[in-house]
Order: sequence, then C-alpha cells, then structure tokens
Amino acid sequence: MILQYHTSEIIIFTENFLDNLLRGLVIEYFSVVRPDAAHPANATPADQETQTRLIAIPSQLPSSNLTTSQPSSSSPSMIRFILLQNRQGKTRLAKYYVPLEDSEKHKVEYEVHRLVVNRDPKFTNFVEFRTHKVIYRRYAGLFFSICVDITDNELVYLECIHLFVEILDHFFSNVCELDLVFNFHKVYLILDEFILAGELQETSKKAIIERMGELEKLD
Amino acid sequence: MALNPFSSGTRLRDMIRAIRASKTAAEERAVVRRECAAIRTAISERGQEELRHRNMAKLMFIHMLGYPTHFGQMECLKLIAAAGYPEKRIGYLGLMLLLDERQEVLMLVTNSLKQDLNHSNPFIVGLALCALGNICSAEMARDLAPEVEKLLRSRDVNTKKKAALCSVRIVRKVPDLAENFMGLAASLLKEKHHGVLISAVQLCTELCKASKDALEYLRKNCIEGLVRILRDVSNSSYAPEYDVAGISDPFLHIRVLKLMRMLGQGDADCSEYMNDILAQVATKTESNKNAGNAILYECVETIMGIEATSGLRVLAINILGRFLSNRDNNIRYVALNILMRAITVDTQAVQRHRVTILECVKDADASIRKRALELVFLLVNDTNVKPLTKELVDYLDVADPDFKEDLTAKICSITEKFSQEKLWYLDQMLKVLSLAGNHVKDDVWHALIVVISNASELQGYAVRSLYTALQAYSEQGSLLRVAVWCIGEYGEMLVNNVGMLEAEPPITVTESDAVDAVELGFNRYSADVTTRSMCLVALLKLSSRFPSMSERIKQIVAQNKENMVLELQQRSIEFGSIIQRHQSIRSSLLERMPVLDEAAYLVKRASATQATIPAYKPASGVTPGDLKLPNGVAKPAAAPLVDLLDLSSDDAPVTSTSATTTPNDFLQDLLGIGGTNLSTAGVPSASTDILMDLLSIGPSPSQNGLLDLISPAQGKDNSDRNNYVNSVSVTIAELNTSVAEQKPVSAVPQVVSLVPEPMDLLGSLSSSASSSGTKSSTVVPQAADLLDGLSASTSVSGLDDACPSITAFQSATLKIVFDLRKQLGKPQETTIHATFTNLTSTTYTDFIFQAAVPKFIQLRLDPASGNVVPASGKGSVTQGFNVTNSQHGQKPLAMRIRMSYKVNGEDRLEQGLVSNFPPGL
Repeated sequence: MILQYHTSEIIIFTENFLDNLLRGLVIEYFSVVRPDAAHPANATPADQETQTRLIAIPSQLPSSNLTTSQPSSSSPSMIRFILLQNRQGKTRLAKYYVPLEDSEKHKVEYEVHRLVVNRDPKFTNFVEFRTHKVIYRRYAGLFFSICVDITDNELVYLECIHLFVEILDHFFSNVCELDLVFNFHKVYLILDEFILAGELQETSKKAIIERMGELEKLD
Repeated sequence: MALNPFSSGTRLRDMIRAIRASKTAAEERAVVRRECAAIRTAISERGQEELRHRNMAKLMFIHMLGYPTHFGQMECLKLIAAAGYPEKRIGYLGLMLLLDERQEVLMLVTNSLKQDLNHSNPFIVGLALCALGNICSAEMARDLAPEVEKLLRSRDVNTKKKAALCSVRIVRKVPDLAENFMGLAASLLKEKHHGVLISAVQLCTELCKASKDALEYLRKNCIEGLVRILRDVSNSSYAPEYDVAGISDPFLHIRVLKLMRMLGQGDADCSEYMNDILAQVATKTESNKNAGNAILYECVETIMGIEATSGLRVLAINILGRFLSNRDNNIRYVALNILMRAITVDTQAVQRHRVTILECVKDADASIRKRALELVFLLVNDTNVKPLTKELVDYLDVADPDFKEDLTAKICSITEKFSQEKLWYLDQMLKVLSLAGNHVKDDVWHALIVVISNASELQGYAVRSLYTALQAYSEQGSLLRVAVWCIGEYGEMLVNNVGMLEAEPPITVTESDAVDAVELGFNRYSADVTTRSMCLVALLKLSSRFPSMSERIKQIVAQNKENMVLELQQRSIEFGSIIQRHQSIRSSLLERMPVLDEAAYLVKRASATQATIPAYKPASGVTPGDLKLPNGVAKPAAAPLVDLLDLSSDDAPVTSTSATTTPNDFLQDLLGIGGTNLSTAGVPSASTDILMDLLSIGPSPSQNGLLDLISPAQGKDNSDRNNYVNSVSVTIAELNTSVAEQKPVSAVPQVVSLVPEPMDLLGSLSSSASSSGTKSSTVVPQAADLLDGLSASTSVSGLDDACPSITAFQSATLKIVFDLRKQLGKPQETTIHATFTNLTSTTYTDFIFQAAVPKFIQLRLDPASGNVVPASGKGSVTQGFNVTNSQHGQKPLAMRIRMSYKVNGEDRLEQGLVSNFPPGL
C-alpha cells in the first residue's frame, strides 16, 4: 500500500508538472512567434524582412550622413543632394552636399528613381525617402529631385527646381537632355552659381545667365 | 592637334558619343576601359599638360556613369595648382565630384585653396569659395576661416554671397567660429543685392542654430533689418529679375520668414516686432500660385513658431483651412504637415478639420495618406475615438494592400489606447482581423488573446464571433490563429452558447463543427507552422472538451505523424500518445489556460520594443499567474533543487561503484550515442553529473549548471534564458526517451526529481511573463515520454512477477546485476537475485560476495550458486538475498557491497555502494 501511495504521489506530482507545462506550452505558443530579439530564429520571413529593413537603413545610410555631423541639436535645413535623372534612371547630374560613399550614392540614385518614376502625375511632388524627403518634378523625360529635411518647405524647393530648369532652358536655349549630357560640366557650373553649400545662392535668372556668360569667356 | 597614340586622343564629345553609341553594357564597359587606360597613361606621362583638363572632364563623365575613378584624384589637385582659369575650373569641379570631406587627399588642397582665395582674379576666388563651401572638412574650415571672413568684406557681390554661404558651411563644421561671423553677417543684411541678402539671411539662420550668443546678438541687431527686407520685398512693385508668378522673390521671402521664426521663438519682444509684417504677408500674398502658397506656408509656420498674438494665430489657422480644401495635392500635403505641428499649439482648431483629414487618409496618393493617418492618430481622444475608428475600419476594407499594415497598426493602437469597454475593443479587433488579418503584426493578436483571456464574461461571445468570422474570412492568417486558440480554450462555450450577450444572435455549432473549423484551419495551404501548431494544440484541447470527438481528433492528429515539418510531426506523436494512453489525466492536463497576466504582458511588450532591456520579472517568487491557477496547483518551490543536490552530496556518497561510469559516458548514453548499455550505469551521483553536463551543453557553457539554470529565471536576458530552458528541456526529453526505451527503472526517480526543477522554471517563466517565448512545446515530449516511463515503472513495482534489473556494480573487472522482485502485499520486502559476471580473461576463484545495509534494513543472504566465476563473462555466479526495509516509504534502500576473490592465486578485493535502487523499495 505504501509503495502504491509512494508512486502515485510521484504521478500526482508529475501530473501537476505536466499540467503546468501544458499551460506553459499554450502560453508560449503565442510568444514563440514574436519577432523580438529573443527569437530571431522564429521570426517569419516577412518579419525578418522588416527587421533587416529597419536595421539596414541606418547602416546603409546613417542619418548622420544625410544630416552631416552637426554638433548643434537642430539639423541644418539644407539641401542634401540634387539629382537629375532620365526616365530610364540614368543619372545626368548628381550633386551631393553631404559626403556619401560612391556605392551609397548609386544606391540613393537607384532608390530615388524607383520612388519617383512611377508616381501618378496627379500625386504630390513629395515623397518620403528614408529619413528625408525628396521633392521632385518631371520635365519631359527628366526628373529633377531635391532631397531636403523632412520639415523643410516643400513648395519652395518646387520653385527652385523650376527656376533651375528655366535657367538651363535659357542658357542652352531650349534645353534638351542631350545638351545636359554633352555639357554636363557646364550644368555643374550653373548649379554651383545657383546653389552653394546646400543653400540658395542666387535667385535671379538674369544674374546667373550673365555670370555664366562671363565665365564662358574665360574658358 | 597632333595626337600621341598612347594619350587619350579623343575629345570629350567623341568619348561621350562613343559611350552613347554602345549598344550593350559590355560595349560601354569596353569603351570606358579603353578611355580609362588612356587617361592613366596620360597621367603617368609628362608633357601632356594641355590635355589634362580634358582628361579630367572625361573622367568626371565616367564617374557619373558609375565607374571607379580614384586614380584621377591626384590629377585634380594638379589641375587646381595650375595657373589658368580653365584648368582650375575643371580641377575644382573634379575635386567636388570625385572627392569629399572624408578623404585625406583633401588636406593637400588646403594650400592651393588658400592661395586661390587670395587670388586677384575674382573668378578664381569664386571657384575656390565654391569648392570650399561644398566639400570643406572641419580642419579646412578652421584653417581657411580667416580668408573667408576677409572675403565677406569684399566689394564684389558674387564674392560676397559665395563667402557668406561658405561661412554657412564653416559654421556647420565648426560651430565655435560662429561668433567670428555674426557681426559681418548682420552687416550684410543691409545690402541691396538679393543674392547677397539671401546668402546673408541663410548665414544668420545657421549662426542662430550654432550658437546662443549669436542668436542673442542677431535678435538685438538684425530684427529691424529683417522686417525692412521683408517689407521691401513684399511691397515692391513688379521686378522682372526676381519675379515668380507675380511675386517678387519668393525665395527671399521664405528665407527671411524662416530666420524670423528662429529669432521670434521664445522671445516675446521680437515676436511682437514681427506681428505687423507677418499679418501683412499672411493677408496680402496671392494664394493662387505655388510661389504664393510657399510663402503662406512658411508664414503660417512662423506664426505657429513664434509667440504670436491670438489674432495672428487665427489668421494662420484659416490659411491652413484654405490649404486643406485646396484641390492641389501638394497644398493639401503641406497643410497636413503643418497641422501636425499645429496640434500642439491649438488642438481645437485642428479638430475642426477632422472630417477633411479623414478624407485625406483615403487619398490615392501614399504621401498624403501617410501624413493624414499620422495626423488622425494624434487627433483621437476619448470622445471621438468611436466614430474615428469606425471610419478607419470601414476604409480598411478598400484600402491599398501596401497601406493596410500601417493602417491596422494605427487602428489597433488607437483601440488599445482608448478602449473604455472590452466589448467594443473586441468588436473592433475582430473587424480588423477579418478585413486585414494578414497584415496585422503579431503583437496585435497576442494582445487580443491576452484580453480575451482576462475577460471571462466575454469569452463565450469572443469564441462565437471568432467562429462566425472565421467562416467568412478563413483566409486571414491572424484571425485564424486567434479563433483556433479560442476554440481550443473555450470550445464548450462555443457549442453550448455559454454567456450569451443580449444583442448576440444565437448560433448553433455542434462539436464536430468546431473540430471541422480547426481542421480546416490546419489544412489551409496558407497556414504556417505556427498556425498549424496552434491548431494541433486546439485539437488536443478539444479532445478533452468533447470526449465524443476524441476518436476523430486522434485520427486527425495521427495523420501528421509523418509530417515533413519536424515540429508538427513531434507534436502529433506526443499528442497522439496523450489522447490514446493517458485518458485519466488528460482532462486535468488540458485544463483551460490560466488567465494571462495583462500587466505582465504589457510590460513585456514594452520591453520587447527596447530589445536589450531584461525581461520583466515580478519581485516575489510567487507569480501572479500562479495565484490565479483555477485548480490550485501548488507550485513546488525550490525544494526539488535542494533534493537533487542532497541526492548527490549527502545520501549517496558514491564513488567507488561508478569506477568506470564517467559522467561523460553516461551523457553519451543518454543522448543515445553509446546506445545499449544504459542499464549498466545509473548511479545517483552520476545522474547529478549528467544534469550538470546537460545544462552545460547549453549555449553558454557553465561550470555550475544548476545555478545557471536558476539564475536566468531571475531575470537574465530573455534569449539567454530561453536557450537555457530550451536546451534543458530538450535534453531532458532525450533523457526521457532513452529511459523509456531502455526501461531501466532505476533511472526514473532521478528523472522525476530532476524534472520538477526545469518545470518549475518553466512554470514561473510562462506564468509571470508569458514573455519568455520559450518553446515549451518541446516540453511536451517529456510529458508523454515521462508518462510512458512512469506507467512502466508503476506497473512493474505493483506486480509480483515483474523483475526490473539494475546494474548494482560495475568495474573494469566485475559486473553485478540485481534482479529485483517484490512480493504482493509485502511492500517492505524485496527479493534480490544477484548475478556476478567476470569481465576479465582470467577466472576468479574463491569468490565471496558480502553485503551490508543500514540498521533499518534487514538482510538475509542465500548461499551462492558457486565460488568460481568463469572468465570473459562465459558464465556467472548467482546469489539470492532478501532485504526488508522497515522504514519503507521514508528511506530508500541502500547497500554496501564487498567482493573478494582470487585471480591466479592473488587476493583481490572490490567494494562499492549500491544506491540506484528504484524508489519504493
């Protein structure tokens, strides 16, 4: 009798244990799939994707890169880069005011092109790009994109793009993509007269054209 | 021009043509390679100075195409050092394109820059300023700041504006230099030229950011100037040079407004001073063109940013209202943007536009939708949560698939945050899961399960509505999971309509319908392993809830015994064994889950978002989950652990008997590597070692397995703990498996006493924070197997003729096996039949076996079958004896043995302690 009592005690004990386990089991069943740090292996592919994406963005392009190493708390509201791309994604002009590796630049150019090329013309001219914002405008087959801070005034950059295009149009008299390809160095020169250090330098079309005329004479 | 065949003979234009003419990427690469080679040669050769800048231009084009052009960097520096403007122009252009502030090479250019900044030709000064402004590093900024300061005083407007922007860069790089520039910057604001003005305003803005002193200085010295500039530019009559759509220089407008915002922020006097001009800009600016709207936008921002009068604020909010109803998407976008910022200033004003904002959530343009959704999220409060949620949920049905994830996340956090009633929350979540169940994040449905588990009065309603929803939207993954979980837990409420709410339509669900639903879920092609595992658990639970379905469930479960997914296969085998063989304990095994601890879950969720924070653990050993256990399971405290340690240290100081049985061997045995001779080992001390070993095969090998086993539970890193528990449970499972296979009864007690500890751990883990995320599922095998092992041992010890064997002693020379026999009705008494086997190649003579027992045991030895033990195990000597344990049930059987024999006439003596008797002897 005592023997039986003994063993059955063990069983009762085990039963509770199992009971607990099973309760535990079911509780765990829904924490097991959590894609938290403890369970990278259990994350579903989609989770992993979002995870890698979340992690990858800063590593690809640390925000400090686009915001520059700024000691003061507020980031400068400067232009980060200006891109001029055609519909096929060929870069016709790329001016970066923040330092980026060449590979990062190519990635940025590729991503920006992807972002803007398929947008409906009725949509806004603004797309959020990583931690920043791209203001773009399409002229014929060319996309002009300016990347600025998320809080910056989008409308004024839209005007900037237009002014830049007007200057180009005036300078090359009826500009087309080929002008920009063969005279890319002049386009850079115009841009350097228009924008410097990521800030606007001159707002008068006339002044820039005159200045370009003077510079042309020197060459 | 006479061309050297080795130099890059082609002109830039020709190269571009050649590249454009390439039909394939390979062809283009070939052209580029050829050109690059030619340029390299030209660089290395002397006497090609006149071609240098052409080569550089080509290189820049090649760089734009994405080819590496590092070899041209030094060439840039040489061009910059050249005397003429054309060379310098290309040199600086190349510098800006090919280099940036991070390259060491850049330092080499500092001297050239310094010379060019002091150049008499203003165009060359302009080039140098431009390069400096675009790529200077902090060091260069420090070195060249004096030159730039000097140039700020220049007469030439082009030099002045470039120097001002260059200073912007310098101040950005070295904020300490801000004070050097503030005086100059303020004086530049008196200029007339717009280019200089806008550059100066931007410099001032940068100075304000860089230094508090500069901010104060500019507040005092340039606010009047700014107001004057703004007044002049907005009142000026038509100025063709700066006109954009009828507005004179909107760029300058905007830059000035921005600087005003910086100066007016937190300064009432400054703000007061700007009031009039801001009001003028806000009222008089034309808003039918983009340029005008850009100014209004900036103006509103400034009014919101400074300490404006309430009248001005009203003006700003009205402009926003106009923006919001504008047809132009761009304008609506910026309106949403400022509303986000305005909400902290004037919530009521923003609330007025709620309907319009809600419409924007449904816009076709993702940029607008995103802004609007974020804004809606900020607008929700206790009073409007219900209509807003309804709108959003309704929209969920037609929303873009891409947008659904954002939308569901927001809806869920709104409902969680503001739900006053659980019923409402439940209903909303149900809708979200039904409409976008494939897009919700995991923690959303985890939270839902926690809520359902806590709302006992709504469980019936929840399971019924989930069941109904599942019929219609079975393709939604997370709906399926939640529904399956609830059906498993609350199956009987589903069938019996327990806890009907008033407005709830009655439904008729039979037991087999419920099983059908889960089975269908299991068989859905889109169901993943998690869902399928949950279905299996639900089926297992239903087998206990609905005994009549047990047989069918057994079949369903059995179908998966050969599932390709190991997890499911294992689960189904285990569950099958529970259903089939352990009916007596099944119902208690499959009790409803204890109420999940909401607070702990929330804390855990919060901590999960900050990955490194150790998991929350209630201070006391008694966890909230435990207290709520419905069937009052008493949680064994630390006792088993102590027992376990006692086992090895006090009761069983065994060393000699286990001479050959190293823990390592045993471990291998357990893991099934050694395989067959498990029954030869099995001493308690060894088992403790095993435990140690088992634990130390975890991810971070530890010296003291047991302590480590506990410490993770007391709040180590989550993953760590899980790994531990996992490895422990897995190995225990293996231990059990081998136990079950070999049926060495002796091992069972150790397992039993060993198991409660990890169990305990698991228990506390899972109940305190359902967090641990342990795969406790792996524990179930132990459950099943352990039961197997136990049932075997119980039956053994209950019956007369069962005779479990233990290896009482084994050395390199001798092996002793005890066959144990109990007589029915005499639990104290055990008949032991000992078999002695010689493991050496020499025969033992004069073999004598002696045994000693503690006082509470009586021992009666029968005569041995002989005194010669043949060599190499070719025969054996047997001896019977009888032990009576007078303290049966309280103290285990233990025995000291001594064997003396002669090998080739030499006396030998071996002794040992037998304490691996099965329990209950």
